[in-house]
Amino acid sequence: MLSFVLFSPFLGILLLALVPKGKASIVKIVGIASSLLTFLLSLAVYWHFNPLSAELQFVEQLPWIHSLDMNYIVGVDGMSLLLLVLTTFLTPIALVASWNSITDRLKGYVVCMLLLEVGMIGVFVAVDLFLFYVFWEAMLIPMYFIIGIWGGKDRIYAAVKFFLYTMAGSLLMLIAIISLAYYASTVPQGQFTTDLRKLMAIAPGIASPMQAWMFLAFALSFAIKVPLFPFHTWLPDAHVQAPTAGSVILAGVLLKMGTYGMLRFCLPLFPFASFQFAPYICVLAVIGIVYGALVAMVQTDIKKLVAYSSVSHLGFVVLGIFSMTEEGIQGGILQMINHGLSTGALFLIVGMIYDRRHTREISEFGGLSKQMPVFASFFMITMLSSIGLPGLNGFVGEFLILLGSFKSSFLGTHVFTIVAASGVVFAAVYMLWMFQRVMFGTLKNPANQNLPDLSVREIGLLIPIMIFIVWIGIYPTTFLRPPAASTAKLVKMLEQTRNGETLMKGSREK
Amino acid sequence: MTQELLLQLATAILFLPLLSFLIIIFFGKKLPRQGDIVSLSLVGLALASAFAILIGKLTLFHAETISYTFTWVDFGKVTGIGHLKLELGIMVDNLVAVMLVVVTLISFLVHLFSVEYMHGDVRYSRYFAYLGIFTFSMLGIVITNNFFMMYVFWELVGLSSYLLIGHWYEKKSASDAGKKAFIVNRVGDVGMFIGINILWTNFHTLTFEGVFGAMKAGHIPFESNPWLTAAGILIFCGAVGKSAQFPLHVWLPDAMEGPTPVSALIHAATMVAAGVYLIARTFPMMTADALMVIAYVGAITAFISATIAIAQNDIKKVLAYSTVSQLGYMVMGLGVGAYTAGFFHLATHAAFKAGLFLGAGSVIHAMHHALHHQGDHHTDPQDIRNMGGLRSKMPVTFWTFLIYTLAISGVPLTSGFMSKDEILAGTLAYGNLTGHVFIPIVGFLVAGLTAFYMFRIVILAFMGTHADADRCH
Repeated sequence: MLSFVLFSPFLGILLLALVPKGKASIVKIVGIASSLLTFLLSLAVYWHFNPLSAELQFVEQLPWIHSLDMNYIVGVDGMSLLLLVLTTFLTPIALVASWNSITDRLKGYVVCMLLLEVGMIGVFVAVDLFLFYVFWEAMLIPMYFIIGIWGGKDRIYAAVKFFLYTMAGSLLMLIAIISLAYYASTVPQGQFTTDLRKLMAIAPGIASPMQAWMFLAFALSFAIKVPLFPFHTWLPDAHVQAPTAGSVILAGVLLKMGTYGMLRFCLPLFPFASFQFAPYICVLAVIGIVYGALVAMVQTDIKKLVAYSSVSHLGFVVLGIFSMTEEGIQGGILQMINHGLSTGALFLIVGMIYDRRHTREISEFGGLSKQMPVFASFFMITMLSSIGLPGLNGFVGEFLILLGSFKSSFLGTHVFTIVAASGVVFAAVYMLWMFQRVMFGTLKNPANQNLPDLSVREIGLLIPIMIFIVWIGIYPTTFLRPPAASTAKLVKMLEQTRNGETLMKGSREK
Repeated sequence: MTQELLLQLATAILFLPLLSFLIIIFFGKKLPRQGDIVSLSLVGLALASAFAILIGKLTLFHAETISYTFTWVDFGKVTGIGHLKLELGIMVDNLVAVMLVVVTLISFLVHLFSVEYMHGDVRYSRYFAYLGIFTFSMLGIVITNNFFMMYVFWELVGLSSYLLIGHWYEKKSASDAGKKAFIVNRVGDVGMFIGINILWTNFHTLTFEGVFGAMKAGHIPFESNPWLTAAGILIFCGAVGKSAQFPLHVWLPDAMEGPTPVSALIHAATMVAAGVYLIARTFPMMTADALMVIAYVGAITAFISATIAIAQNDIKKVLAYSTVSQLGYMVMGLGVGAYTAGFFHLATHAAFKAGLFLGAGSVIHAMHHALHHQGDHHTDPQDIRNMGGLRSKMPVTFWTFLIYTLAISGVPLTSGFMSKDEILAGTLAYGNLTGHVFIPIVGFLVAGLTAFYMFRIVILAFMGTHADADRCH
């Protein structure tokens, strides 16, 4: 079943190959229909998912490179399920969003988006490390093209920077994967393997310096993707240059791969290294929260402001994950979804202004509320969701993350939470200030005086996202139930490992 | 009336204003009269239910606390803790029953007043929608039985004040003031949030019952008194923001940019009272040290804003700083343990401050009219230095204003005397008991300053003859 979800975008690509040249609207419709099919299939997975089980579900296994025990294994558990659905939810939205804005080489664009979707789904469902790595890399290529071909003025620079940064990280990850697989062959009755399920039993036993190095290789690769301060510099460039749909996918899904990777690989495979490095990673996360917010404050370009706000928000997610508590991890998972929704919507909104005015400079605007009241309402809800107002989605995630990080015995200090909580104030400052300058005041600029309000297509794009923004804010249990069992299992494993370690230390001292 | 019915009524009170918000925000423009009747009747219904609850509560369940709780987020079984869950709920005790009436009554009056005052406004229906969400958030604060919801509605009050103060967002000063109110309040909220974190980490529950019950049983955060004090002070930070205590008092004078009924709603009665209510609710967890901090913050606020009020020339600004100062008085009263006196002053102050604002409005209106008549657009109609001799021109305004001034100054035979006297008695007792003589000294000093800046207005505006006095009619 998962394979159907994973490869269903290829159906669209196949059909696109048959569409004759010059039929732009058919290309668009085929792309959207194909991505909607994938969405429906993923909903079926969601529907049949058993939230009480912490194990991987819908597992499918096919032999691939038999001698090295690298296989095609896919499956989902509570940690990946929501991200899978988020991916398939945002892809059709991104495609509809580019309805008018992409005209050049349209077919290539839609093919790239669908390929990207395969890569993203693959990352979230892969259970074999090598398979994961293949999807992780494969997904870079369509994204590279999307930024490099359909991007803004400095698109080539941004695309190359994006590619190089991610490549540098993934190279380290590849080395770590190989040495991990090799390590598996050195234990008694072991064999060379990249099967995550087998490695989970073996990897935590790796001795101290080696485990730390492997952890760091994985963590660095993921940290670049998140991006964690100070590896974030590719992000604003990539966002500003990418077309709207590219930004939506980039912020909505691609960044989550980093945090997902930490949750899926770093914590369960290398628990001891995680305990050791969690405070340092949280220092970076907290710096990212405050720094991202401060830099966002001084931006003059709306899109850049939103991009830096992502750095800040993802810092919260990392903090939650490395708090290694139920509240923190659940909040982190929820916050990944929240960020995908609200930042995705913000990029759509910025794209809508850009389509009208072909500028994103804040100083060009002012008083738009009067001219575009419908737009103003959507913008305000999204902005409030982004600054974590209670009743909307962002609040629940941040609240749980901070509850978790405050009580976390792994971090051992409350300073992280206290500093991170100040990020909530900064978020209000940069968002409200931007909103004031763009939407409030009088309509001074003559270029803004005849802007049309949102079209039916644009409202249709935003409404599904708004439904989830309010739904998660008011009744988050729907979305916290699927990850609950897997989270509990992970936290239990981490705590037992640590207690075992202290016991061992105690007995050694005796 | 059964307890279930009481709870259902209480729930209805909470959600009626939200319903009004939703109806008006989506269909307001299509409704007759832009939906103000819908809004007014829903809030009126809430008011009627609040009275029903008050009567039912006081007659039938005088001594009971009625509450209802449900699970919002369930984390399942957690090692070392047991079943971990985040619960929401509402409760009705006598304080809640009284506050429900107060909030719905004031809100209803403001709705009623706004029908005429805001008539013809560009965003008439939007304004009523925002009043609805403001009332909803205030009621949420009052009715909740846990810290989590308290925080949620605390933030929502911040949002609704942002929306209401910035109602005329075309004016930069208005949108600035709204933004400032939101951000300054959020600073206080962060403190409150960290306080909540301390409670959650230690008690794994956020209901008042659970937290205070655990404390009664002898469990305190991290088994240390300083942490308990810290938790109390951090929760109090929320009150510092909402009740405009030093150093977060800066947003309140700017909030004057909102429509005047909103100023009344925010300044005099509801939003600033939220902080005082919070202290009253969380009183069981306040240690002596925490209360001392509260008393000092209140005293400093009262003193600083009274001195600022002396130096203001804008009549509305004087009154705004005076509000901050009187709020400091109430907080100081709660801090020294004069719990009832603090609340009493809240009520008396709401009455005479509302009167003062109306009197000031009448003066400004007259000045504005007179200046306009003479074609003078440069003189500021709100500046008390431009007034003088208004007693003979506006005798009714003068006499009423004088009565309110006597009340706020605490002259005997007025309500202000009663409440201030009680607070001052409390501070004296506190000073005797603990040796913090600074508190009563400031208390008396501020009482003097209050009389000074208030009579400054009376004398400058109403007495004597001014060079320009003939301009006023």
